[in-house]
Amino acid sequence: MLTPESLARIDREIAKYPVGQQQSAVMAALAIAQEAHGWLSPELIEEVAVYLGMPPVAALEVATFYNMYDLKPVGRYKLTVCTNLPCMLSGGVDALEYLQKKLGIGLDETTPDGRITLKQGECMGACGDAPVVLVNNRRMCASMTPAEIDRLLAELD
Amino acid sequence: MPEIEIDGQLVQAPEGATIMEVAEQLGVYIPHFCYHKKLSIAANCRMCLVQVEKAAKPVPACATPATNGMKVFTHSSLAVKAQQGVMEFLLINHPLDCPICDQGGECQLQDLAVGYGAGASHYQEEKRVVFHKDAGSLISMQEMSRCIHCTRCVRFGQEIAGVMEFGMANRTMHSEIVTFLGRSVDSELSGNMIDLCPVGALTSKPFRFAARSWELSRLPSISLHDSVGANLTVQARNHRVMRVLPRENEAVNECWISDRDRFSYEGLNSPERLTKPMIRVDGQLREVEWSVALDYAAHGLRDIVARHGADEIAALAAPWSTLEEMHLLQKVVRGLGSGNVDFRPRRYDYAPSGVPAGARWLGMRIAELNELDTALVVGSFVRKDIPLFAQRLRQAAKHNGTRVTLISLGNDDPLMAMHEHVVVAPSELPAALARVVKAAALQCRVPVPAGLEAIVPDIPSEAIATSLRVRGRSMIFLGRVAVQHPHAVQIHVLAQHLSDITGANLGFFGDSGNIVGGYLSGALPSARNARTMFTDPRRAYVMLGIEPELDCHNPQLTLAALRQADLRIVLSPFISEAMREYADVLLPVAPFTETSGTFVNAEGRVQSFKGVVRPLGEARPAWKVLRVLGNLLNLDGFDQESSEEVRDAVLPPETLIDGEFASGLDNGIKLPIDPAALVSAKGVFERVADVPIYFSDPLVRRAPALQKTRDAAPPTARMSARTLAEAGLVAGAPVRLRQESIAGSGEAVLTAALDDGVPDGCVRVSAAHPATAALGDMFGTIQVEPV
Repeated sequence: MLTPESLARIDREIAKYPVGQQQSAVMAALAIAQEAHGWLSPELIEEVAVYLGMPPVAALEVATFYNMYDLKPVGRYKLTVCTNLPCMLSGGVDALEYLQKKLGIGLDETTPDGRITLKQGECMGACGDAPVVLVNNRRMCASMTPAEIDRLLAELD
Repeated sequence: MPEIEIDGQLVQAPEGATIMEVAEQLGVYIPHFCYHKKLSIAANCRMCLVQVEKAAKPVPACATPATNGMKVFTHSSLAVKAQQGVMEFLLINHPLDCPICDQGGECQLQDLAVGYGAGASHYQEEKRVVFHKDAGSLISMQEMSRCIHCTRCVRFGQEIAGVMEFGMANRTMHSEIVTFLGRSVDSELSGNMIDLCPVGALTSKPFRFAARSWELSRLPSISLHDSVGANLTVQARNHRVMRVLPRENEAVNECWISDRDRFSYEGLNSPERLTKPMIRVDGQLREVEWSVALDYAAHGLRDIVARHGADEIAALAAPWSTLEEMHLLQKVVRGLGSGNVDFRPRRYDYAPSGVPAGARWLGMRIAELNELDTALVVGSFVRKDIPLFAQRLRQAAKHNGTRVTLISLGNDDPLMAMHEHVVVAPSELPAALARVVKAAALQCRVPVPAGLEAIVPDIPSEAIATSLRVRGRSMIFLGRVAVQHPHAVQIHVLAQHLSDITGANLGFFGDSGNIVGGYLSGALPSARNARTMFTDPRRAYVMLGIEPELDCHNPQLTLAALRQADLRIVLSPFISEAMREYADVLLPVAPFTETSGTFVNAEGRVQSFKGVVRPLGEARPAWKVLRVLGNLLNLDGFDQESSEEVRDAVLPPETLIDGEFASGLDNGIKLPIDPAALVSAKGVFERVADVPIYFSDPLVRRAPALQKTRDAAPPTARMSARTLAEAGLVAGAPVRLRQESIAGSGEAVLTAALDDGVPDGCVRVSAAHPATAALGDMFGTIQVEPV
């Protein structure tokens, strides 16, 4: 399942660690696999584990520990809303509720057109700009008032 | 050495020891769940919190090194408060229904909750529910809500079993122990995780809800399944064995036993137990009284001696018989005037007459396995043949940097760091060892032993020779395949040369439970051995504890010889279909739990045990049966009152080393190298036969839970892709296998399977299974054709 491009990227990560310690690259390898496939299926996790020479269940431990790994299929855009305390105090939960109402889906659900999945996240280290929404694990959107949210949704095709 | 004080007692702590270890040494108990002396430190249960003077907070005793001047309080109000707090947290999500839990009465959490917990909890909300899982036929995961996430099972897999099958998925309050995609747990040591689990999350599937721990008697015993001689605690109720647990003996099995040792007890209560003596009357087996059956047997034997001479009698004991049984069996046979007695049914090649066959043993103590610098293992499927030796070598490789090398017939993963792993076809095994011998001789600049002129060392053999030469403790071990090989004697001779050249010692793993005991019992043949007694058929056979149709090197040959005989006396705890066909006298004898006896393990440790339950039905201890048979035959020396008396006659207590080890064990051999043994087979397919771990003896073959494991899957014909193509086969298709031997042609139809670990030109077909019993020798030419 892993494409030659993904494997090349994983090899670059493996090279960052001493020889024989390739399993240290598991987090990066899982992230690369997820980027290429959209989500981490058990088969994909096993393939990454075998490639790194580690037990599949050890890779599963990593994949299930961190929120940013998706173990179920997600939409084209994954919006992760921070609901930890500072965001919560500054309207994080409101942002989440607004998104749910606007998209007509609940938490951990995907819009019927497969466009957007809504997730709840942990602190993203930008409490000063709360509430914070993360798009596809990469793009951070700060101060997400309803107006900002509308603008973001309009932008996501 | 740091000096520390625990609860007011001053103690010298070993360098680097933790508070937990020092307290244990001192006899101060600190409550704990995740800590285990054989596992790495996780410090995640927090139960072992203690107060340390000048420390701001309570510290975990299992993870805190003892430092000079440290003052530890395990029962101060701070420590007790911390322990109570932890216990309250642990019980938040743990069901409080001990009466309906299988672990109830032998649960660490239950005990510590009584000892260190409070009477009530602040937590009134709903408890978390964790779904049950299926991990195969041995470990029950029906009540995972009880898990307290100590991760002992996970660490056991990683560190002891060498394969991580359990993991902890998710995080925080969602954590749960899982296998990958719900796969079964297949490690041959998996049952130890049941013992390690401090709560009722992982329990024994066969034992589950069968009894309460306090209803069970617990008596010591010894395992018969491999030459480790694992120490067991056998638990019984109403004279029925309900469970087997390890009995800790650091020098033998540490605190582990293999699943075969643990779950084979189910076979003791098999419906195939023979419970009444039987004799064949007019072609039919009839149940009779003991006296009738024994008279019949004695009369039959005397008749054969009178009419045809004693040389027409042959006896074969299972190598898992007790020392006493084997001794009395050979005494009966020799008393009648025959020298045809043996206890090595799986062997093919025996030392020629005149060459003393010393009692072959490990060559060292088992505990020393962990301290080796180099170990060369020749011819062994080591994990499945002898799981606890593999476990020790794994620890040695990991913690001691031991260079472990395997020369074997398949690339089965031994789950340890390997120095070299050479995989060869059976016919190439002697040559592969010869290459190491020659490489060593050249490296050491000593004369190359005669017969190795044509041998050319290759890169792996050079590396192996170097590893054996470097300073330190080195051993050469001959495994099961090496002793059951058609050129077993030559392999031994080559290993002896290698030992002489490199200074490494020579040892034998032992291919069965009481093999060393067999050598010591006097059951070595003075005439025909376990093969020639069948190639040169006799008129009368006495079989002890063995199913010859499965347990012999060539079952087909054995059965042919049995079929033509006039008298077949079978002493067995079980009755098989084949026995119904050939046996003339069936004498029900007691398995190891129902008799007293002695096993001598690979290191020569003499381990006697008592019966745990009374014999089932009319079964009787075999040593008593043989003693009565000796008396009925009017032979001298059959008036022993107890099995101990028999043992002391064979192994007088004053001859034992340190009172527990047999003396006179000897691995030496002096024979020339035969260049003919170093020629590999060409242009034919060769059979590679392993003895699957759960088919290795009659008892384990009848243990239902073990028979449902992956290791007990019916045998297939495993071949590499190249061999498959050469034979015109595809994986998954039926294949007809044929082997010729002097007993005729034997056939079996199996499924072809792809296994690139099998050497090219070889077909791996397991022995010891009914599906392959019609074939011939374990190693040798095999014909392969599509059906």
